[in-house]
Amino acid sequence: MPETSGAGTTGATAGAGTGATTGATIELENLSKRYPGNPNPAVDNVNMEIKAGETVIFVGPSGCGKSTTLKMINRLIEPTGGRIRINGEDVTDIDPVKLRRKVGYAIQSAGLFPHMTVAQNIALVPRMIGWSKARIASRVEELLDLVGLDPGEFHGRYPRQLSGGQQQRVGVARALAADPPVLLMDEPFGAVDPITRDHLQDELIRLQHELHKTIVFVTHDFDEAIKLGDRIAVLRERSHIAQFDTPEAILTNPADDFVSGFVGAGAALKRLNLTRVRDVEVTDYPTVTVDDPLQEIFNRLRSSGTNEILLLDKRGRPYKWLRRGDLMRARGSLARAGTLVHDTVTRDATLRDALEAVLIDNAGRVAVTGRRGEYTGVVDMETLMNSVHELLEADRLEALEAQHELEGARADRTHAEQEGNGGEAKA
Amino acid sequence: MSFWEYLGNRHQQLLTDAYQHASAVFQCMVVATLLGVLIGVATYRSDLAGNLATISTSTILTIPSLAMIGLLIPIVGLGVAPTVIALTLYGLLPIVRNAIVGLRGVDPSLVDAARGIGMSRPAQLLRVELPLAWPPILTGIRVSTQMLMGIAAIAAYASGPGLGNVIFRGLASLGSANALNQVLAGTLGIIVLALLFDAAYVLLGRLTIPRGIRA
Ligand SMILES: Nc1ncnc2c1ncn2[C@@H]1O[C@H](COP(=O)(O)OP(=O)(O)OP(=O)(O)O)[C@@H](O)[C@H]1O
Ligand SMILES: [Mg+2]
Repeated sequence: MPETSGAGTTGATAGAGTGATTGATIELENLSKRYPGNPNPAVDNVNMEIKAGETVIFVGPSGCGKSTTLKMINRLIEPTGGRIRINGEDVTDIDPVKLRRKVGYAIQSAGLFPHMTVAQNIALVPRMIGWSKARIASRVEELLDLVGLDPGEFHGRYPRQLSGGQQQRVGVARALAADPPVLLMDEPFGAVDPITRDHLQDELIRLQHELHKTIVFVTHDFDEAIKLGDRIAVLRERSHIAQFDTPEAILTNPADDFVSGFVGAGAALKRLNLTRVRDVEVTDYPTVTVDDPLQEIFNRLRSSGTNEILLLDKRGRPYKWLRRGDLMRARGSLARAGTLVHDTVTRDATLRDALEAVLIDNAGRVAVTGRRGEYTGVVDMETLMNSVHELLEADRLEALEAQHELEGARADRTHAEQEGNGGEAKA
Repeated sequence: MSFWEYLGNRHQQLLTDAYQHASAVFQCMVVATLLGVLIGVATYRSDLAGNLATISTSTILTIPSLAMIGLLIPIVGLGVAPTVIALTLYGLLPIVRNAIVGLRGVDPSLVDAARGIGMSRPAQLLRVELPLAWPPILTGIRVSTQMLMGIAAIAAYASGPGLGNVIFRGLASLGSANALNQVLAGTLGIIVLALLFDAAYVLLGRLTIPRGIRA
């Protein structure tokens, strides 16, 4: 989802006239790092183009060079070869301090300075680049708000007075403080418990929806990569790119055994996380409301093809499942008849959530609701199965096509090389 | 003459000596702190330089203070100069050692974060590393001060200022009426000064160690 429409897109959050810088492109060209005393490079000839506003995830086994590659983008580690371009500008040789002030940086366990308050931590970069006091103060409030912390409460606290998750939020706020177009994150959620991590991931998705930064994010949790990434770069040793593609493509068509090993078991289940209920066919279901006369409810029950109808409450929200005979047994009392609707899903829920709800429901279906909880349709087991089959089939076809194209291009190239001068055959 | 009568009679002189004693120690501590932190900052990043600094300062400490002052007299003469030089040199060791330990003890991920958000090298040092290393450095300063209180008394041997003069006068006239009173007054004076300084350091710590890292 490239987003290049400049200022104004995030006006809603731009309280202090900031927060409007959207992402920049990043190009890595033959980027390499050789640490002294080690004959093998830690990062070997990485080429990568990252689009503006895109979230790219680096995943790979420990020690494969993810952090080294990431830290070369803001030159915390100086490359020993290759070029880095941000928004087309070659930043390989500019003053690294200047470069870093334009690139947000967030790390594991937040890296907050314990002797400074939350506000002082966040204000560091704006102070260094010379913002006015008033502008900094309002920016700090705005950022705390943005990452979901109450400014009044957290402003003056010291890092040790925060939970791990709260520290991580402040870390993200500090990285965003001067509104950089690029955000680098090195396993930022690696040190928090799974539930908090899940929350922080959701928050990051929400933030990115508003901000459209270019984010490069390192993790070794593949599920985190699927959840957050527009594209995922699966790296093997020396940062060689095993596959760089969308989560869908990697799940359904891993490039080789290394990648499938990393994807792990249950690729089809993980695929369910990538599709939303709104993307599949939601079937209509016979409904009545509590305000309808009993006679009409009887009629609907009798005339509907299903042996069940959905009773909605006064505001149109799913209330009860009514079967034939339920009303008789309850002697015509709507209050006592039928079974309450326990679980519903929204149109934004993942298919995995929907499947979960369907599996738990003993009749194998779940009601789908709109923004205010109003009924919009029903998803059942059959729909889910069909949709998943279609999805996987479509993914597979797409991947095959891409592979053919690639092979075609490769064949053309070899052909051209062979036809060209033989002296460069080794090139 | 009882000890109290002695104090009553000589309090003017004793106060002057005490003041000079405190003043000499204080000024040497300021110089030793500045030098010590500078040496620490200059050497903590290299194993070799850091160890060299620690070893050379601790070697100085093993020289008996009387010998050190004696050796300085032919070079810089009598009086204030040998006192100041000796006190500053002795004061260095705990400060250099604690500065190096403190700076090396700063969590590397915090330095990484400081660099990562675009702090220049001086800013990293002044805004992050030194504030975080300040508590151990302050401890070094306290230890140094206690030590210098005693060593400053030896300075009287080189005609230096301070309560050492009272003690030396007493020791020189042992057996005379006031000898014991003099030694006692000088020693007690030094202890009281040391306690006062220590109280001042506690206060200084309260004022200068940020709340976020106070134990
Ligand atoms: N400062 C250094 N000096 C020498 N070698 C280093 C240095 N930093 C990293 N390396 C080596 O470079 C390789 C890549 O390290 P890097 O930290 O980039 O891995 P990573 O993919 O981030 O691993 P992890 O998932 O464990 O964080 C490793 O083999 C590591 O030993
Ligand atoms: Mg790493």
